[in-house]
Amino acid sequence: MLSLAGVEKRFDGGTIALADITLAVDAGDLLVLLGPSGCGKSTLLRLVAGLDRPTGGQIGWPGGAPAAGEIGYVFQEATLMPWATAAQNVALPLRLRGDRTAMAEAHKMLGRVGLADFAEARPKTLSGGMRMRVSIARALISRPKLLLMDEPFAALDEFTRHRLQDDLLHLTRELGCTTIFVTHSLYEAAYLGSRIILMTPRPGRIAEEFAGAPVQDRLEHAYMARVEALTRALRALQLAA
Amino acid sequence: MKRKRFDVLAPLLSFVAALCLWQAAVMLTHVAPYVVPGPVAILMAFADDAAGLLRALLATLSVTFAALLLAVLLGVPMACAMAANRWARAAIEPWAVILQVTPVVAIAPLIIIWIGNPFAAMVVCATVVAFFPVFSNTAAGLAATPPELLDLFRLNGASRTQEIFLLRLPASLPYFLAGLRVSGGLALVGAVVAEFVTGAGGLASGLAFRILEAGYRLQTARMFAALALLSAAGLAINAVLAWVSRKILARSV
Repeated sequence: MLSLAGVEKRFDGGTIALADITLAVDAGDLLVLLGPSGCGKSTLLRLVAGLDRPTGGQIGWPGGAPAAGEIGYVFQEATLMPWATAAQNVALPLRLRGDRTAMAEAHKMLGRVGLADFAEARPKTLSGGMRMRVSIARALISRPKLLLMDEPFAALDEFTRHRLQDDLLHLTRELGCTTIFVTHSLYEAAYLGSRIILMTPRPGRIAEEFAGAPVQDRLEHAYMARVEALTRALRALQLAA
Repeated sequence: MKRKRFDVLAPLLSFVAALCLWQAAVMLTHVAPYVVPGPVAILMAFADDAAGLLRALLATLSVTFAALLLAVLLGVPMACAMAANRWARAAIEPWAVILQVTPVVAIAPLIIIWIGNPFAAMVVCATVVAFFPVFSNTAAGLAATPPELLDLFRLNGASRTQEIFLLRLPASLPYFLAGLRVSGGLALVGAVVAEFVTGAGGLASGLAFRILEAGYRLQTARMFAALALLSAAGLAINAVLAWVSRKILARSV
């Protein structure tokens, strides 16, 4: 559904954030971009979302470019509107389109992320994990074709992160949502990804791709094997540098 | 609870102590009452013409509130226009700065020539003083909207109007309220300055004019009484606006 060919991003100062990114994302993928901080992962998401333009290469949408609201975006911070309730925050994408069912849909979506009882709560009264759930509900309410997530769980504790990772897998499978997920955590990549793309430090290039059946359980051997493979790849990258 | 009582009582006590000290000093040194009147003399001067002074206070406050209202009604839309359009920004910003740096006392005679009605002229003078904080704070708040939320609005195809009303304005509310508090104090300053410059006498004249008048007549105690009323009015405006912004922010941020 999305193809990148030789995509490059050079900033005004001359810094090259991304070089020669060639990649195809298929419907139903949960593609994880794994790399160190500053390797241009977030920049790549912004390019895909159309919030920024590449300085080289092509971004193509074989099935047609997404319309407004067909891309869901989850930022590292929950970035909720502090003056609005959880439900109003979730309803936002539909409300911007003048959809009258916005609030009703928002309540349903909050139920799906386990926050049915917190619809009228303001963001500041919610915990970090709950705020992130609201943010995910907001991204999913417009049933996006593509969900972009920029290190959404990086600021959460391990316990909360595990629960949210499980919930995310459940939700994306249920909604059939194609996802690009950016992280710098090897373990997160190993658990979530149907495909994992390891990136090099600046300028960000694709170092290696890992694919295979999605992991079902953290105690499964396949998960450990993936972590091991990623660790080896990372070490090889560090030795080469 | 104990702490709270202390926070109220301690300043009050020191204030009363200062007044007693002042009264004692005046009585012991026999200083002429037209140079430094004691608190008791000031209180008596107030009691002498409480109705007149309160009417003057009302006149000053009506100029103050009209000016504050006008500052908000002009400042907020202008800040919005600046956020929405860079041509509007280029057109508005220099004038706002010029208005801010030019002393109102120097513009006042012009305003009085142009506007015949003394009340309207005073309101305009006070508005010139009160305008800038509410305008510049709102503009700063509109510009300080979190970029991620702006991206989110863009991704969902929000119009410029939706962006202003659903995102930028609510996000700038804390900034606006902080500006409003400053402007509230300045509107009072502006009203006093305007009264000084216009020198509007008669029944509808405000506290500042009463201070001038009492000064000419060497009624120093009356001057102090009017001054105390002005300070009290300033404190009250500040307290009310602080309370209002606390209430609004507690609900919304």
